[in-house]
Amino acid sequence: MSTSAWTGSGTRAAGNGPRVTGSRKRWLALLGGEDRAVTAYANPYVAGVGLGLVLLAAFVVMGRGLGATGAFADAAAEIATTVAPKSAQANHYFARYLNSDGGGRIDWLVIELIGVAIGGFASAAFAGRLRRVVERGPSISRDTRLVLAFTGGSVMGLGAVLARGCTSGQALTGGALLSVGSWLFIIGAFAAGYVVAPMLRWAWK
Amino acid sequence: MSAPFFEYGLFGQGFSLVVALIVGVAFGWCLERSGMGSARKLMGQFYLTDLTVFKVMFTAIITAMLGIFWLGWLGFLDVARIYIPETYILPQLAGGIIFGVGFATAGLCPGTSCVSAVTGRGDGVAAVLGMLAGVLLAGVSFGLLEPFYDSTPHGTFTLPALVRAPYGLVVFVIVGIALAGFYFAERVERRARTGTGSRSTRGLV
Repeated sequence: MSTSAWTGSGTRAAGNGPRVTGSRKRWLALLGGEDRAVTAYANPYVAGVGLGLVLLAAFVVMGRGLGATGAFADAAAEIATTVAPKSAQANHYFARYLNSDGGGRIDWLVIELIGVAIGGFASAAFAGRLRRVVERGPSISRDTRLVLAFTGGSVMGLGAVLARGCTSGQALTGGALLSVGSWLFIIGAFAAGYVVAPMLRWAWK
Repeated sequence: MSAPFFEYGLFGQGFSLVVALIVGVAFGWCLERSGMGSARKLMGQFYLTDLTVFKVMFTAIITAMLGIFWLGWLGFLDVARIYIPETYILPQLAGGIIFGVGFATAGLCPGTSCVSAVTGRGDGVAAVLGMLAGVLLAGVSFGLLEPFYDSTPHGTFTLPALVRAPYGLVVFVIVGIALAGFYFAERVERRARTGTGSRSTRGLV
């Protein structure tokens, strides 16, 4: 990890004060204790089976898979309708998210993504992995890295709209369901990633 | 047949949102546990130093795929009632490529950017905001994108239909390809660790 990563205003008590153990340590980590040893990540195959079982559970219980882009589209539609209600309703993309009548497929994805945030936070908190940092290589400034992340996010947004989903809704969900379009998405996304990544090596080296 | 439970009316719209939250929490937990909330770790996939992304994703895909196949074969799950993302060849391939460019630039995808953001990473927050901006922008300019978005439609189109092979055989072949992939992923990682043959394998991880 980059040592120049900025530390937030959270307490540093875990490192400076008397040594704390057990659950109290966990709660300090939850508050942003920076000096606690980081728990190693799970074995990727074990985590993958876990993720696969979550996906399978979604299919068995709901008859649908996971998603992330739909929730972003829903939020974008809400922003659009707040700024310009008439044009948002006339917009073929936003309209379908605005007219889902509550409790429909779209709301499901919003709640699901809120769950993702809660689950991710809880997992990191229990593992002592909450850190206020900007992940980057040693030779890139914090601001440049943030601009890259924002720009990359925007490009991803466009791609996800065109592809009708992202790594969750297309790659994982459609991949497991053997959808041809989803497998094309996987191939396209990783091929492009391998072409672009070498040009951005400086950001991580 | 008794699943998908929601499709068979075992519970209503309201409870489905509770399911959304539970599924989301479990999804987010698995992502964070495997380290997929870290852009540095995700970029290891593109620099061939850490193939966690490949391992987690493909383990998840084959786990869910096998689960659907066997539960369907046993007559417990009505596979025909699962929503399969529809295929639009060109927009999904192009969307995948554009998505991949953004993915490698940000170092995060939409779902993992949420995990990254809530675990304290500034680049995660930037990627989430970028993704929102990108979807908003694509939505606003949807009039221009729509003809392409709706082009080359194939409806529900799966790999068994594409290669005209039995469902079970396609599942079998994909598991075989994934296992071979895992074998090579381990070899690539071992080579990156020992530093043989590869130029810039340090720095990352």
